[in-house]
Amino acid sequence: MHESAFQIFVNALLANNFVLAMFLGLCPFLGVSGKLDTAFPMGVATTFVMLVASLCAYGLNLLLGYFHLEFLRLISYIVIIASSVQLVEMVLKKYSPTLFRALGIYLPLITTNCAVLGVALFQTAREYDFVQSVTFSVGGGAGFTLALVLMASVRERLTLSNVPDLAQGTALSLMLAGILSLSFMGFAGLGG
Amino acid sequence: MNPSAADTWDEFMEGVWRQNPTFVMILGMCPTLAVTVSVVNALSMGISTMLVLIASCGLVSMMRNITPKEVRIAVYIVIIATFVTVVDYAIQAISLALYDALGAFIQLIVVNCIILGRAEAHAAKNPPLPAMINAAGMGIGFTIGLLALGVVREILGAGTLFGVALFGAGFQPWVIMVLPPGGFFVLGAWLLFFSWLERRKLRRQQAKLVEATQNA
Amino acid sequence: MTEPSGPSVSASRVIPIAVGGATPPVPPASPTAGMIRTLGLVSAICGLIIVGAYEGTYDAVAANKRIATERAVFKVIPAAKSIAEYVALPGGGIEPRVGAGDTAPGGVKFFAAYDAGGKLAGIAAEGGAKGYADTVRIMFGYSPDCQCVVGIGVVAMRETPGIGDKIITDKNFLANFTALDVKLKGDLSALANEVRAVKHGAKTSPWQVDAIAGATITSRAVGRAINDSAQVLLPRLVPNLDKLRSKS
Repeated sequence: MHESAFQIFVNALLANNFVLAMFLGLCPFLGVSGKLDTAFPMGVATTFVMLVASLCAYGLNLLLGYFHLEFLRLISYIVIIASSVQLVEMVLKKYSPTLFRALGIYLPLITTNCAVLGVALFQTAREYDFVQSVTFSVGGGAGFTLALVLMASVRERLTLSNVPDLAQGTALSLMLAGILSLSFMGFAGLGG
Repeated sequence: MNPSAADTWDEFMEGVWRQNPTFVMILGMCPTLAVTVSVVNALSMGISTMLVLIASCGLVSMMRNITPKEVRIAVYIVIIATFVTVVDYAIQAISLALYDALGAFIQLIVVNCIILGRAEAHAAKNPPLPAMINAAGMGIGFTIGLLALGVVREILGAGTLFGVALFGAGFQPWVIMVLPPGGFFVLGAWLLFFSWLERRKLRRQQAKLVEATQNA
Repeated sequence: MTEPSGPSVSASRVIPIAVGGATPPVPPASPTAGMIRTLGLVSAICGLIIVGAYEGTYDAVAANKRIATERAVFKVIPAAKSIAEYVALPGGGIEPRVGAGDTAPGGVKFFAAYDAGGKLAGIAAEGGAKGYADTVRIMFGYSPDCQCVVGIGVVAMRETPGIGDKIITDKNFLANFTALDVKLKGDLSALANEVRAVKHGAKTSPWQVDAIAGATITSRAVGRAINDSAQVLLPRLVPNLDKLRSKS
């Protein structure tokens, strides 16, 4: 069975959206989705890290498979991810200090974003080849960005409306996420 | 209770109740929502996380005096990833069915913010025993959170508890509860419930205060 | 909400931003040797723990996997009492599969199932196709005597509970797989008739799968999974069936 790159992309973006259907990367989703200005750059940065991590994980997996060291997979993936986050940080700091400052604290937190490790683990479990892995990571990242931007837009609107005191904060965000997730279920079967 | 026992108890209860990772700190959301479609999954996930938490906090605490601050995050991550790998293999050895049900979320324990947060905020500053007790409290608190979701979602979404059917054949399961949106809704509802409790407690205290002043 | 752990987790890396204009006294950096020593020590300890866990659980995990596979095969071929793993090679031959290593590129894994007397009871193989939510992976049993599929079991799926997962429970649907025709063409190059799921109630031929009303996409995935796998496996397998007749 061979999934085409397009199918993988559409599935990762919509039908199996990383945040709303697979519950990956919820921490930044709930934490950074307050304002649209930070949500979008955060999504793009995460997508980039996911792409880098996916490439590294693909190469690393070949290497581990060659030496039959599969039991070191998890530990090497996480080290690779931590290093690539560091790399993105350094690149950003040098070439776009403004963006670097805007993302601030959230940048190093990408390390503990399950979506990044999730990409690496899922592409290994599904035995994706090189092209499939790249599409999967970009699609997943785009899906993450989409969810983040949607959520941020809704929450920006909600600051103007009259919400019961009791439901303020995370409870409200979760209910919103539930409704978004419900609507994303409509995409199921799209990438068939 | 002597003071030190009281301290220990306090250390333990911090995670179980006052700083409950799920309901108060809202940490570790990914596994909380993803695996709680049934009570068995929720319980196994909670226990696995707790074991990793206790073991990693113990080791981090033992190494706290020889860990230079520049490389501490790397050290923590490597230690956590080690114990997650151990738990991963242990679950495979115990039950493959469970392993398949939890899927990638066992390995994703590595990036559970609770563990890194505990390692940094508590274990790195305390001797091994208190660190591990605190970690155990957090682990139990997390397990309670998972169970709270798992019970509601399994009963409503599948009409069963621990896989045993609760209702007659006429029960039409509320399928949405075991689907992704249900996770968000149930957790949201629990948070609402807790903030309502908090609110009520506050109101009662105020009422009592008012009463006391009037009487005086 | 990552704030509670946020600032502390990343404190060291954030320092450059936080420092900004005024420079507070920078704490003396730890010596490089110390860092390397600690990292080395941690890696050594962790390496030992991981290898220990891997070695310690290896047998139990392997046994579990074998039991799980056997159970899945026995479910689709009820007469089976023992199994042997084989690989159908791209060139057309078959060979026993040894160890847990990777299968040869292009090879298809399948299981020969034997009854209590050591005679071939059937062949089991896996197949997968995209369903509604995710890939539906199934195991199907093939009987060489009737050249048909005699049973299916689901290996993994994430279909909608209550709708898509009827493929495990729906009796009418499972009745499709008591004698699903997968005969090969005369030249043994492909199936004589493509296995396909048709709309509920529209089944007319023994190679069609009567879909579950309301779960057509999942039913189709099952049909496609069988078809895709059988189209590759059977042309390689059937000429070599005699080699498998009795347990080696």
